[in-house]
Amino acid sequence: MKERPTVLYDVPGPRARRRNVLYTVLFLLALAALIWWVVLSLEEKNQLEWSKWSPFFTDSRAWTTYILPGLENTLIGAALAMVIALPLGALFGIARLSDHRWVRGAAGTVVEFFRAIPVLILMLFANAAYSEFTDIRPETRPLYAVVTGLVLYNASVLAEVVRAGILSLPAGQTDAAKAIGMRKGQTMAHVLLPQSVTAMLPALVSQLVVIVKDTALGGAMLGFSELLASVRPMSANYGANTIASFTVVAVIFVLLNFALTTFAAWLERRLRRAKKSTGAVVGADAVEELATPGEHVGPADGPK
Amino acid sequence: MNPRKLTKAGVAAAAALALSFSVAGCGDDGGGGGTGGDNEKITVGIKFDQPGLGLKTPDGTYTGFDVDVATYVAKELGHDPGDIEWKEAKSADRETMLQRGDVDFITASYSINDERAEKVDFAGPYLLAHQDVLIRADDNSITKPSDLNNKKLCSVTGSTSAQNIKTKVAPEAQLQEYGGYSECLTGLENGVIDALTTDDSILAGYAAQEEFKGKFKLGGFKLSNENYGIGVQKGSELKAQINTALEKMVADGSWEQAVKKNFGPAGYKNEPPPKIGEIVR
Amino acid sequence: MFDFLEGYDLLGAFWVTVQLTVISAIGSLIWGTLLAAMRVSPVPLMRGFGTAYVNVVRNIPLTVIIVFTSLGLFQTLGVSMGAKDFTTINFRLAVLGLIAYTAAFVCEAVRSGINTVPVGQVEAARAIGLDFPQVLRLIVLPQAFRSVVGPLANVLIALTKNTTVAAAIGVGEAALLMREMIENEAQLILISVIFAVGFICLTLPTGLLLGRLSKKVAVKR
Repeated sequence: MKERPTVLYDVPGPRARRRNVLYTVLFLLALAALIWWVVLSLEEKNQLEWSKWSPFFTDSRAWTTYILPGLENTLIGAALAMVIALPLGALFGIARLSDHRWVRGAAGTVVEFFRAIPVLILMLFANAAYSEFTDIRPETRPLYAVVTGLVLYNASVLAEVVRAGILSLPAGQTDAAKAIGMRKGQTMAHVLLPQSVTAMLPALVSQLVVIVKDTALGGAMLGFSELLASVRPMSANYGANTIASFTVVAVIFVLLNFALTTFAAWLERRLRRAKKSTGAVVGADAVEELATPGEHVGPADGPK
Repeated sequence: MNPRKLTKAGVAAAAALALSFSVAGCGDDGGGGGTGGDNEKITVGIKFDQPGLGLKTPDGTYTGFDVDVATYVAKELGHDPGDIEWKEAKSADRETMLQRGDVDFITASYSINDERAEKVDFAGPYLLAHQDVLIRADDNSITKPSDLNNKKLCSVTGSTSAQNIKTKVAPEAQLQEYGGYSECLTGLENGVIDALTTDDSILAGYAAQEEFKGKFKLGGFKLSNENYGIGVQKGSELKAQINTALEKMVADGSWEQAVKKNFGPAGYKNEPPPKIGEIVR
Repeated sequence: MFDFLEGYDLLGAFWVTVQLTVISAIGSLIWGTLLAAMRVSPVPLMRGFGTAYVNVVRNIPLTVIIVFTSLGLFQTLGVSMGAKDFTTINFRLAVLGLIAYTAAFVCEAVRSGINTVPVGQVEAARAIGLDFPQVLRLIVLPQAFRSVVGPLANVLIALTKNTTVAAAIGVGEAALLMREMIENEAQLILISVIFAVGFICLTLPTGLLLGRLSKKVAVKR
């Protein structure tokens, strides 16, 4: 890698370079020692036995019976949550930009409420509520509960994303729309919203990662048969190879989410370069930085 | 951004999923062509993750004692094995599934007790199990229930078995709860957990697995009596028919065979077949 | 109306939630800053490790990490962190898992904070003869920390909510108690409202306070 000066240090001279080599060696030794200890302990506890790992490499049924159906449920749950949460989020995001005080206030309160509560609490509530008040079949109830919990939470997060997306557009867009005689609703529907959708795509993809990760909560706590939960029947069949099963599942999660993250970053770069659009973009990292809970409580907060 | 590209990606992903699903699904549609049954479907609730009782195998087929009993009963009721639709009946969902009519009957290590009998009817019992502990084969420090004091016990979340031991026989025992028995077994194998406790039938099923031969043994403590029954809807006429089927199963030796096949390798000493309607307290 | 609360240690459960939050927050601040230091260090291998760590950990569900601390760290690697009984072990394991996960987000916040300091600032500092520790102490860190308060507040609130995942290995915090209460009591709505309000009491003041602080200390550019 080409050395460049950064905020923190200059291009290294000969002494600094020697010192860096020393650090590299020390760090490498520490890392190697750690890995050695882990491997040794695993070996000692018989967790590296080939019979515990072989199902994933030699038995395609481990994939077709357990992992892929689990992954399918994870994706279905995440996709449903995203598809339902997005319009809801857009609604609340737009409501928070309303000219009417009480609309802004009401929307803000709802959004703040659901952002302040752990998604697991929302899921537990939804699961119990469905079993008590509705007629949903027990085997699909966990899916409903997980999607409901995710929608309630993510709609409030996406409301912020939509709001930021709209605010990221240059003010000239609204002015121009007004100049040609568009009403408020028309401006929103025909000018602001379509452009902001493009601007917030990276943030949406990156929120999808959060959703995918949260589906695992349903697997661990509600009996939703998603990817993480596939560990249970799998390890029951292959001699309690829990370590191996968990590792495989974790790797799949990382690959899936890493692909999504990379896609979001690529989208963001592409959009920032794009000449046709306004160049406005809500970055992939923006979701976490958009707003601290409580920051927008109260009707005082309006379009800036 | 071109929206059409996104659509294409979505279609491709959906196709890939559909493909994987159809591959997964093709394992269990054997059977079918009946040899005397009326080809009417029957839906049975079982456990999917308990070796020896009800387990979904990698082929997508099901094995275990509960499965064998259910298959026999279904045959007596006039349904071919191929006409049985298996559904997962998690412990917490069993009464609801019966009340709603999602399943015709449930064989899922379903202990008969008063609270449950208020909501559903039970045929059987078809097996008398006991709460027991599974310990490492080379562990000689646990020979009686009180030896469990100061030992590390494991059970699954929401089960009463571990709590039972703590309140009744070994108040000094430590308790770890996991989501599934497999996690407990890993701990038992690793020596972090000293005993795994639940019904001896479930424990025997785990210990009988190929991978665990010779590694674990049952304590044989008989800490409780669990009368496994077949759950049916309240007031269902299936109850009498199932009882007749169960009696026949014991009489013609199929019951003994199923016990040997599913629990045999673990050195599990089963109780004699229970009398229908006779619940051991 | 609140008779059903009898026999449940509601405050105790939320106290465990608070303890989990505070200890994990301190731990992840330290480990996250160390990771950030690695990610901006002149040693390529450390940079690589920092990047790999963040990319892997951020993409694994916290649930998997927490369950793995119990199955992998404790059961298999024998890490019990000096505790003998399961309650303490599980608590400490959950803290460890929360630190490992949250640190990745702290690292990114701190790193982006450092990146907000323009290179020109440091070049100017070097030009007037400040040495490296002085540059760090007088120029870079004060500016970096100011811009980090907002993002870190969000991380802290996310952490507060994430402590509920510790229920997956049986740590007796709020979510576990809520599940138990829902199973045993026929007061679903009331129970849910109580726990929702409990978490709002924990997260909202933190958000308001730190949000105000971050505005106050923000560097105007």
